[in-house]
Amino acid sequence: MSAADGRLLDVASLAVQLPVGGELRTVLHDVSFHIGPGEALGLVGESGSGKSMTARAIARLLPAGAVTTGTISYAGGDVTALKGAALRSYRAEVAMVFQDPRAHINPVRRIGDFMTEALRTNHGVSKADAVARAIGLLAEVGIADGQRRLEQHPHELSGGLLQRVMIASALLTEPRLLLADEPTTALDVTTQADVMAILDDLRRERGMALLFITHDLELASAVCDRTAVMYAGQLVEQRTSSQLHDDPLHPYTAGLVGARPRIDGDVTRLAAIPGRPRSAYEAPAGCAFADRCEHVEDACGEARPPLEPIEDGFVRCRRATELRGMLRAGGRHG
Amino acid sequence: MGESAVPLASGPSDPSGSTGEALLSVRGLTKHFGTNVAVDDVSFDIARGGSLAIVGESGSGKTTIAKMVVGLLAPTSGTITTCGHDRSTPARGAAERRRRGAEVQIVFQDPYSSLDPRQSGASAIDEVLALHRGGSSADRALRVAELGDLVGLDDRQLRALPKALSGGQRQRVAIARALAAEPQLLILDESVAALDVSIQAQVLNLLADVRADTGVSYLLISHDLAVVRQITDDVIVMHRGVVVERGATRDVLDHPQAAYTRLLRASVPTPGWRPRRRSEWTDAPDLSDVSDVSAG
Amino acid sequence: MSLVELPTTAVPPARRRLAGRGLPLLRGTGLVGHLCAIVLLGALLVAVFGAAIAPHDPDLTNLSFAFVGRFQDHYLGFDSQGRDLLSRLLAGARTSILGPLVVVLLSMLFGTVLAIATAWKGGRFDTIVSAALDVLFAFPAIVLAIIASVVIEPGLKAASLALSVAYTPYIARVLRSAALRERSRDYIAALEVQGLRAWVICVRHLGRNMLPIIVAQGTILFGYAMVDLAAISFLGLGVQPPQADWGVMVATGQSGVLQGYPMESLCAGLCIVVVVIAVNLLGERLSDRSTLVTR
Repeated sequence: MSAADGRLLDVASLAVQLPVGGELRTVLHDVSFHIGPGEALGLVGESGSGKSMTARAIARLLPAGAVTTGTISYAGGDVTALKGAALRSYRAEVAMVFQDPRAHINPVRRIGDFMTEALRTNHGVSKADAVARAIGLLAEVGIADGQRRLEQHPHELSGGLLQRVMIASALLTEPRLLLADEPTTALDVTTQADVMAILDDLRRERGMALLFITHDLELASAVCDRTAVMYAGQLVEQRTSSQLHDDPLHPYTAGLVGARPRIDGDVTRLAAIPGRPRSAYEAPAGCAFADRCEHVEDACGEARPPLEPIEDGFVRCRRATELRGMLRAGGRHG
Repeated sequence: MGESAVPLASGPSDPSGSTGEALLSVRGLTKHFGTNVAVDDVSFDIARGGSLAIVGESGSGKTTIAKMVVGLLAPTSGTITTCGHDRSTPARGAAERRRRGAEVQIVFQDPYSSLDPRQSGASAIDEVLALHRGGSSADRALRVAELGDLVGLDDRQLRALPKALSGGQRQRVAIARALAAEPQLLILDESVAALDVSIQAQVLNLLADVRADTGVSYLLISHDLAVVRQITDDVIVMHRGVVVERGATRDVLDHPQAAYTRLLRASVPTPGWRPRRRSEWTDAPDLSDVSDVSAG
Repeated sequence: MSLVELPTTAVPPARRRLAGRGLPLLRGTGLVGHLCAIVLLGALLVAVFGAAIAPHDPDLTNLSFAFVGRFQDHYLGFDSQGRDLLSRLLAGARTSILGPLVVVLLSMLFGTVLAIATAWKGGRFDTIVSAALDVLFAFPAIVLAIIASVVIEPGLKAASLALSVAYTPYIARVLRSAALRERSRDYIAALEVQGLRAWVICVRHLGRNMLPIIVAQGTILFGYAMVDLAAISFLGLGVQPPQADWGVMVATGQSGVLQGYPMESLCAGLCIVVVVIAVNLLGERLSDRSTLVTR
């Protein structure tokens, strides 16, 4: 039924706690968003913001002992309850690409074994068919000599090439949703542009939905319809990508935009956000950003503000309406 | 050899200019690793108080140049001169090593490996002061506090072990430790690349302040064009060990000439940017690294 | 990026909880580590004061008491030559513990210096030294001990020296990889760039940061040294009779074992086993801790 109302993935009030030193520590707190079929959502944040943990929760890759509350539903079904064959078929529909391809590929096996193993064992595809499919997908990610590549080992491939292999193998099971966790962060900038272009093309051609996780707001804006900003384990703002940059509503979003040096103009002094990014467990009791915010008031520390709908998105700031339009100007001088 | 193929913008770092004022002068620098040429005949100058960036991607040879300039790697050929002293051969004796240390210092990329895990920031800075300045421990303690002030660390943070500090704070300690020797030239080897955006801005502002306060020169090694624009006056662009373009940072970024620089510039996400496949580049330079094995 | 906090979850909660408690030197070694330390402290006290607190003269023979069991204040009875067994155990503790201690100190010193030197210099020096150590590695400790006992004279000195040399390649190899790891970290490069002398960096920074691994390896080595020295004494190449020593006692007791009087070998063997187990358990825990500390 969820799928009927235009939502492929629906995350509601997701909270995750991990066991650290014998106690449970909050890493995600009240995360809610949804992705429609064929839609791309960006998830942007700094270290400890919980963006990777959100993807891991969706992919059912949380470490043992993690406590999850709230709901994650995919095509109307509860993801957290999946087991056995149902979990396997979910994983065929929801694929994941990681930041460091080398850490997620067996270094002593050939690329061909890596790419075709799941197809052959889990989906009963014949070897010849699996290889043909792999070569076809390698061609789609811009690797022309697929036949030769399948015979090679991971160490014989450059980082950019290996990440393309990972993307191709993620697409082998024809997923409807791709979770991409900083897939280009370890790559050179020209390779990043190339890999992002390929990812973007494939997504559009196949009508595949994408959850794109990155620390780079501009990169997310370039390939995503909507972008959500995370801070201290919560979503603080979610907007259409162009709006997020031009008209940020949360002071943290504005801070991120202002803190980044510019390539196309001169800024004498960057508008740095004071302090350091907080993890969920060490955030202040009220608004998590209160201790770094230049627009903070006494009331901000009293209660954690809810994620409230506003025009084209959501924002978690009690002064959002009042500060609107002032944030860019406020963040730029400094 | 790549240099001559590219129009040289004349600027403070123009190697054809007078070397009389140059703080750092690098001529014909070459480094081979076996049969692999990591750096091929590179020349540049940094004027006193100047700030030069070497920008490039992995395999461009930029970090190899930094290691040779600072003395961690011996060049295959070419000369490196700072303040009129040659430093392209290994130092002889403790006094010369110390003098070289007082000329050029370096801040590394990884804040988690660049500090001794069992030594507080204050103790690390004090060790450098004892080596280069001597003086009583009370004098040095005063100077440690001054350096802490300069980089924005309070007494408690200075006395903490690295594990109690965040990445940004560790990088501040590393900057203070490098400045303790009062070097003429500070090499920033991707020094802000590992930091979160909000912390990176703080450290970039700090680096601008330090340069204004102390007159130290920077040699920035970076892959990040926006960071390069923020803290340097001049830039050289490297690709596969060869200089492909050089000039004032602003000019090179606003009007890139070399095909590789244009590709680099166009690959940086900005508002309104769309990623493009490499095959869509009609004038793309030879980027056959796709088929190469990269050492990472 | 946000996964940086994750690795801490890999540490078992029980181990973490103990991490903050206990004596500073033994922090993180848990209850077993502390118990082992108490056993070893006891053994050390016996080694120092054993001869003084022995109730009888350990070397006084009285053949009419040979193999006599518990009698009056002779709580463990007598050995084959009618000497008080308890007194011999107490007096023998000194050489039995001093020997391995000397072996550990010497081989750790040689091994650490070679490990740091090869890791620091690298290149041809590393190749030559490593090859030489590999050759030495091929000699069994016992063979070296035989050679040493011929060249010097049979005794604790020759045996300890031979074992120290025999252990050095092993220690050097284990520590070299730790030294290489530390050597490659940026803070060492930063110190070099400052102009510090190489040996100052090695002693003050590199060596000091390897200390947990050095201590852990030394502790484990102590157990091996004790067993090997006992074996050498058993062969008659180490401590010479009539001097009391646990290894010698295991050897001389064998005639009694055949005649149905196993007390001498049994008691001496038990002393060796208890100390070795305590040392190894502690060493293992110290070693685990050092890998935790250095990530």
